[in-house]
Amino acid sequence: MTTTSTQHHDEDIAPELAELHLEDRPDGPGAAMMISAGLGIFVLGFLTVLAEASAGAKTWLQKWEWGQGVGALAGKTTLASLAYVVALIVLWVIWRAKDVNLKMAFCVGLALGILGAIGTYPTFFQKFAS
Amino acid sequence: MELTLRETWAVIHGLVLGTLYLLAFAGALAGLWSLRPGLVTAAGIKERMTRLYLGFAVMAATAWLTVISGTWVVYPWYREKIAGADFAKCAGLDLPSASCSPRDFLLSNVSGETERWHEFGMEWKEHVAWAAPFLATSAFLLVLYYGPRLTARTWLRTTVIVMLVGGFAAAVVGGAFGAFINKVAPIS
Repeated sequence: MTTTSTQHHDEDIAPELAELHLEDRPDGPGAAMMISAGLGIFVLGFLTVLAEASAGAKTWLQKWEWGQGVGALAGKTTLASLAYVVALIVLWVIWRAKDVNLKMAFCVGLALGILGAIGTYPTFFQKFAS
Repeated sequence: MELTLRETWAVIHGLVLGTLYLLAFAGALAGLWSLRPGLVTAAGIKERMTRLYLGFAVMAATAWLTVISGTWVVYPWYREKIAGADFAKCAGLDLPSASCSPRDFLLSNVSGETERWHEFGMEWKEHVAWAAPFLATSAFLLVLYYGPRLTARTWLRTTVIVMLVGGFAAAVVGGAFGAFINKVAPIS
């Protein structure tokens, strides 16, 4: 029975894949996807806390609503989305042909995501009210 | 039987897109969970991948459409400050009105202790729900990039499931508080 090679640290033997003749793919882009999601959430949480702590920051974030009545949420979510997309593209391009440590990338993304989620929790960010 | 424009958008945002997201999540989770060595043949993997790509794509798309429609269409109607600083125009009301927005209504406490629905529920929902599209999109891209290779990579497959469930949890917070708040102070 034919088996696939195990080139990545987490790769198991999967005989059924041999028939599909798949070429190997580097883990760099996968790491980019994990870290960028965490970064997007982190920026969202950070800006949520910042808007609560600083009236000036809140006013600046409100300018991103373009007259739609969304308030500071417009700036927080637009900037977080931009951070996510830009980080995804930049890291993907930098790591497109590289094998990076996926477990490390996942841990970084997870840590950023947890910090960001804490930042969006009202009981937490309302403690910073100016 | 009719819906106003605002009610229609609230239905699109919460019910239509939310239902699609839920369906796509269930399909994506089930498909990915069982994508493991020994359970499917090569032909089975190829057939399953099409459904997985579609399920994850629908989930990512609906997550973006839900938060964008919620933030840029429905939320401005919710948060209008039209009842005055002391919410005088909400006095005596059982529900929000043209002179008392849902936010004004909740903060006025004219219909019981409703302030926390805004201070905690809405404040949490409006922020954390945006984690869903980031996680759903990255999960979709991971599935698209690695494709059938995920069959042999147990750890990587598990991380995609973690991201999928994390995004779903954020969506549940948004969806659940959205449903409760729209029950107490509907947009109409």
